[in-house]
Amino acid sequence: MIRVVLPEHFRTLARVEGEIQLDMALPITQKTILDALETQFPMLRGTIRDQDTKKRRPFIRFFACAQDLSHENPDTPLPKTVATGVEPFLIVGAMAGG
Amino acid sequence: MSHIRVLVGTRKGAFILTSDGKRKEWEVNGPMFGGWELFHLKGSPVDHNRLYASQSSSWFGQIIQRSDDGGKTWYQPGTPPDQPTMAPEGIPIGESNKFAYDTSSETAKPLTTHQWYDGSQHPWEFKRVWHLEPSLTDPDTVYAGVEDAALFRSTNDGLSWQELSGLRNAKGNLWQPGAGGMCLHTILLDKSHPTRIFVAISAAGTFRTDDNGKTWRPLNHRLKSKMELPDPSAEVGHCVHSLTFHPSHPNVLFMQKHWDVMRSDDAGESWHEISGNLPSDFGFPIEVHAHEPETIYVVPITSDSEHYPPDGKLRVYRSRTGGNEWVALTNGLPQQDCYVNVLRDAMAVDSLDPCGLYVGTTGGQVYVSADAGDRWAPIVRDLPPALSIEVQTLP
Repeated sequence: MIRVVLPEHFRTLARVEGEIQLDMALPITQKTILDALETQFPMLRGTIRDQDTKKRRPFIRFFACAQDLSHENPDTPLPKTVATGVEPFLIVGAMAGG
Repeated sequence: MSHIRVLVGTRKGAFILTSDGKRKEWEVNGPMFGGWELFHLKGSPVDHNRLYASQSSSWFGQIIQRSDDGGKTWYQPGTPPDQPTMAPEGIPIGESNKFAYDTSSETAKPLTTHQWYDGSQHPWEFKRVWHLEPSLTDPDTVYAGVEDAALFRSTNDGLSWQELSGLRNAKGNLWQPGAGGMCLHTILLDKSHPTRIFVAISAAGTFRTDDNGKTWRPLNHRLKSKMELPDPSAEVGHCVHSLTFHPSHPNVLFMQKHWDVMRSDDAGESWHEISGNLPSDFGFPIEVHAHEPETIYVVPITSDSEHYPPDGKLRVYRSRTGGNEWVALTNGLPQQDCYVNVLRDAMAVDSLDPCGLYVGTTGGQVYVSADAGDRWAPIVRDLPPALSIEVQTLP
């Protein structure tokens, strides 16, 4: 069971509260998590990554295990603690302001 | 008795303001979609309860919302009203948010790059929907003007969108972004010529199709932009800020350009300046009186670098002569220390008699005049910055 944490606006769009849990087969990567997330919550298509190119939107960040994984290859397997549900995969709106 | 519904898009959500035909007492509802930028909301002229909204965010992308009950409830097209989006059927499948540029070879191999700020070619990249224009005859058909500039059409209530890619063949490789981005912000549908559409793009110019969107051509003859575009014969590259016409006189177009207020009497084939005695001919919106095709309104702004009214006075200017002779309308508008802007989609008229006029400011005020501009009053003073104002006159 993969745990995913969404920012508030995405929870509103998806009409969920709290963490999301995804049943997924291996491998557990950024891409497979987003594929599964968009399958279960298709209203989020286009909000996290471009619908055509699948590129991460510029102001979206991915974190897990206290690491910023935003610039990692989307096909790289995520840490075992994410794949086993010990740690959540965090989708975050980028820090911005001044 | 008729009543009025004002749809306000702001930097942090949407608001709906309602009143009876007197337009004195107002009810304010909102924010809807709090925290999101609502670039534009507009109702179908053939089904007043069918509203479309462009909800966007630099962080979280583009969402299309639809209401079938006049804005009481909203949903992404694909989810029937009152049905949870988690249901196996009817959940939005994201297609309503998908604005994919047409790259098919069947449609004349559309251009895939436009001019970038440095003169190089840059790929088209979808950013957001600036303007939604419901069909004049079919409540299920709606057009979307987007950034990077292109025109999309949905014929299924906003469920999915197809680009009218012939537009980008109108010298699209020479279009380049203005300071606000390369956006298609104005769509005019001509009831008397059902296959004719006008659009305006910053900073490319005005374009027209006469075959329902298949082919397009630039309509920028005699526009002058000496500082920004030294070539007097340039067919594209003019920064049109807004375009309008009266439905009964669709060949008479009025344009607020970056600088200059312009008029065309031949459906955009040629233009002449009508700035006349305006204190500044820089501005964003332009509107036509609902019942007087030669009465037009603009809001002069000091300059391209000073986006606030001259002398700290918010003045709507009215010409009853189709341009050149302008009168300042000030009664009820702030006449000192006012440094707000009125953006291109943030002025609108209702169709009551006398005609009502509405402006929304970047300071969050929405002003109404129930007598065609003679006297003004605030409906609400402290909304987030207003991006768009649309008015529905309801039976």
